Amino acid sequence: MLRIECPWCGVRNEDEFSYGGDATVERPADDASQDDWYHYAYTRDNPAGPHREYWHHVNGCRAWIVVERDTVTHEVFSTAPASPNLPAGNREG
Amino acid sequence: MAQQFRTSSGGHIDRGRVISFTFDGKSYQGYEGDTLASALLANGVHLVGRSFKYHRPRGIQTAGSEEPNAIVELRSGPRKEPNTRATTIELFDGLVANSQNRWPSLDFDVMAINNLFSPLLSAGFYYKTFMWPASFWTNVYEHVIRRAAGLGTAATEPDPDHYEQCHEHCDVLVVGAGPAGLSAALAAARTDARVIIVDEHPTLGGSLNRDNYTIDGKHGSEWAAETAAELAAMDNVHVFSRTTVFGYYDHNVIGAVEKVSDHLPVPPAGHPRQRMWLFYPQRVILATGATERPLVFGNNDKPGIMLASAARSYVNAYGVKPGKRVIVATNNNDAYRTAIDLHRAGIFVTAVVDSRAHPDAPLADELKKLSIRLLTGSAVGAAEGGKRVKYAQIVTTQGDTLDPVRIDCDLIACSGGWNPNVHLHSQSGAKPVYDDSILSFVPGESRQAEVSAGAANGSFALQDCLDQGNAAGAEGANMAGFEGKEVKAAKAEDEGVYALEALWIAPTPYNKSYKQFIDQQNDVKASDVELASQEGYDSVELLKRYTTQGMATDQGKTSNVNALAILACQRGEPIPQVGITTFRPPYVPVAMGVFAGHTVGNDFMPVRRTAIHDWNEKQGAVFIEAGLWLRARYFPQYPGDTLYNCYVRETEATRNNVALVDVTTLGKIDIQGPDAPEFLNRLYINNWLKLPVGKARYGIMLREDGMVYDDGTTSRLGENHFFMTTTTANAAGVLAHMEQYHQTEWPDLDVVFCSVTEQWTGIAVAGPNSRKLLEKVIDIDVSNEAFPFMAVGECKLNNITARLFRISFSGELAYEVNVPADYGEQAWLDLLEAGKEMGVGVYGTEALGTMRIEKGHVAGSELDGRTTARDIGLEGMANRAKHFIGKHCSERPALLGDGRLQVVGLKSLVPGRNLRIGAHLVDPDKRLGSVSQSQGHISATTYSPQLDCGIALGLLMDGASRHGEQLDAVFPLDDEKLRVEVCHPVFIDPEGELVRA
Repeated sequence: MLRIECPWCGVRNEDEFSYGGDATVERPADDASQDDWYHYAYTRDNPAGPHREYWHHVNGCRAWIVVERDTVTHEVFSTAPASPNLPAGNREG
Repeated sequence: MAQQFRTSSGGHIDRGRVISFTFDGKSYQGYEGDTLASALLANGVHLVGRSFKYHRPRGIQTAGSEEPNAIVELRSGPRKEPNTRATTIELFDGLVANSQNRWPSLDFDVMAINNLFSPLLSAGFYYKTFMWPASFWTNVYEHVIRRAAGLGTAATEPDPDHYEQCHEHCDVLVVGAGPAGLSAALAAARTDARVIIVDEHPTLGGSLNRDNYTIDGKHGSEWAAETAAELAAMDNVHVFSRTTVFGYYDHNVIGAVEKVSDHLPVPPAGHPRQRMWLFYPQRVILATGATERPLVFGNNDKPGIMLASAARSYVNAYGVKPGKRVIVATNNNDAYRTAIDLHRAGIFVTAVVDSRAHPDAPLADELKKLSIRLLTGSAVGAAEGGKRVKYAQIVTTQGDTLDPVRIDCDLIACSGGWNPNVHLHSQSGAKPVYDDSILSFVPGESRQAEVSAGAANGSFALQDCLDQGNAAGAEGANMAGFEGKEVKAAKAEDEGVYALEALWIAPTPYNKSYKQFIDQQNDVKASDVELASQEGYDSVELLKRYTTQGMATDQGKTSNVNALAILACQRGEPIPQVGITTFRPPYVPVAMGVFAGHTVGNDFMPVRRTAIHDWNEKQGAVFIEAGLWLRARYFPQYPGDTLYNCYVRETEATRNNVALVDVTTLGKIDIQGPDAPEFLNRLYINNWLKLPVGKARYGIMLREDGMVYDDGTTSRLGENHFFMTTTTANAAGVLAHMEQYHQTEWPDLDVVFCSVTEQWTGIAVAGPNSRKLLEKVIDIDVSNEAFPFMAVGECKLNNITARLFRISFSGELAYEVNVPADYGEQAWLDLLEAGKEMGVGVYGTEALGTMRIEKGHVAGSELDGRTTARDIGLEGMANRAKHFIGKHCSERPALLGDGRLQVVGLKSLVPGRNLRIGAHLVDPDKRLGSVSQSQGHISATTYSPQLDCGIALGLLMDGASRHGEQLDAVFPLDDEKLRVEVCHPVFIDPEGELVRA
């Protein structure tokens, strides 16, 4: 059972969250090449060790957060809001 | 005579409380405080089971949860529990237990003939014996294997008991309440830290209750009882007895099962049978003790052969004499205590057989004082006897070739040394390391916030256990932020040292071949390990799987180290190089019910009901599960009314008149903010910026890979206010999808949204007379001019505030009314009342599905995650001049080329025959079963009352350009082949005149 610290709600059990994929990939610009979009949609690294992931506090405050986690030891190094500049309206939620 | 194998006094049993029980139909008596095993032994019952493969008679080997042999079927009827260890079952009045794996009886078991065929059942026999012919697998082998192997049988009725799941946080969790654990809990608790101490036994104390130790001048069990009472009285301590920690999980989460009622005939009213605990400690102290290793010698599995520590546990803790004439066989000092304790209980110890040439001198002297014969440099080479050991053949271990010496006995208490219980340490992610001084594995470097103390740490001396526990408790509390005064640990009286020499396999008499068992539960012998090694399966992980050693319900607690050591001998390498397999949860078998908890039956998932549910139920609607929702599927009107009759009637009522359907379950999301139009524009493939206020629009969402994700109508209620609907199935997913993009990609968009699915009841009013009906209850003009197709407006339905949408899923003139959910049933009743004189009907999801197929609306069966907007014929909606999710990947060449499966309509050309979902579309006139390429499949079917034939939607290769072709829809499982004609997916009103009327 992973214990994940939601920046808004504190430490919570893994089963309040759902995994949201690789947070290291950047969504290409609209005018990026087909190849960039192909890699964005389909290709992912599978690192053994520290990794940045999206998690969704789906059974909690519904915030999307970025979790830095070791995929081997499952150690969580840090958690942060998915976006540093969330509008205030979201934070209050 | 009843209980003729009791000692005259002693043991932690209540001799005043006689308890009756039956084993294999025969009645016996025991005392309160007994286990089933101790009570059976008190009655002289040693034969308690037959072994897994060879059906050899087996007895009780241990006195704890590591028991490999004495596993029984406990209770009967729905509470029957197979594979339960007799050594951990607390005796209760009326207990019923039966032996397993024997037929027709334990005493005479016909499958014991396997014992003679044992060469066929050696290591890897599963892989070697049952290879061919393939047809034998299902017809012969599986039947034979299932009949012959396997242990107990499960109950066939539902479990009448219930199970709870609980969570508890603490600063220090102590696992095990022996000397180290008690000492640790006390030290931690004195700092005011919140402490949990857990032990699997009913009484705390561990080995202190089974051995004769002295602590602080008291008997060890007295000290344990006093310490337990002291802990129980502290507010910051939570004591869990009858509770086994079975799993050490990530992030220091600990799983435990509390056997709340297993010691009672049935759980008391209001109590669960068992409770699962998840503990969240800051620090964990593993004081899990150690498990004794059996010795490996010929016929070492006979009833009457048990662990030396178990033999003295039965004497000391239960007042039971496990034998009358005992041989103690050992390679270490510890087993001498068994000889001494048994002797003092009046049992004749005929010999102590020590494999070492030079055993510990003080112990040898002590035996001499008690006149117990000591044979050094000797070992039991083989045991003989039928259903109970009769004598032992003693051989020399020092290379002499003397004839074996026969010693008669009815019990061999053997000890091959002790293994620290490193299971939880290993589960925590750490790697145990080999310690040559104890010939076993001890905890390695910690990976989580845990530390081992006492015997679990490889320190077997009592004072070490007390000291390590004391230090670990104080340190654990300290690391969790609690300070306390340093207090010394309790003082144990010196009980000598622990020393041993390796004896992994005893020499056999005259080097004859014997069955020397390592893993008794899975019937794995030393020769199996040797054979596996010779055949190349010589890594620990392969050995385990090839021989099945350690894979039984006891997880090889008594066998793992012996197996590794014998493998190491085979490989000619030291044990550390051979390594150790990883321990995995659960430490002991845990009933599935505990993991399920209360989420069984009706409580397996929450049930969502719409506001109209009660009305539907009163009408006798047949319901169908749609996600968590219960939706009315159809409304039978008389007994024997069929699904077919109903949906045809309901469809006709809609198409010819007017009918209502509950559409509350569609996902509804309220979206507000200045950037709401831009947000929708990026979510959907079509345009949203210029949608006028008071209008609805159908939208399609893609995933990033270009496949259709969801569809639905979204309405503009105000300049910055939209109302989205999603499919029932994707309601939660679409909301999460929107949250993800808003929070991760486009946080700059000033928009907020939330689910309002529960807040609104949705009712569709469909059919040519729908306007006429609504005119009677709606306070706004609903004429085609004032409220055209796709119009949206606020209104009142009688006196209920409502939203009205001119949208249609049925293809008829139709409206959808949304009212606050609290008024949902009232609105439904008002609409029924208003439509009464025109004969308004109602319809369920079956008719809804029929009409959507007739109208060619795609749904989940077409939007299966593999179809693009082009595949479903809606590419024209996309505005490729703007950006939207999935835009780029939907333009990948393969998705635009030939050969894509595209949505088509299909008509059955066989009169009276409906089509079948999942049927494959192939070239016509191919022989059924012949090789012919599937060109697509049928995704949704119905009988169309309108067309009076079976119709379907399907996904067909290049289907959009194949209208008019004939194909066969084949369903080989049922030898079914039906001729179909490919057509446009919109079967009725292709121009959409009805909806715009």
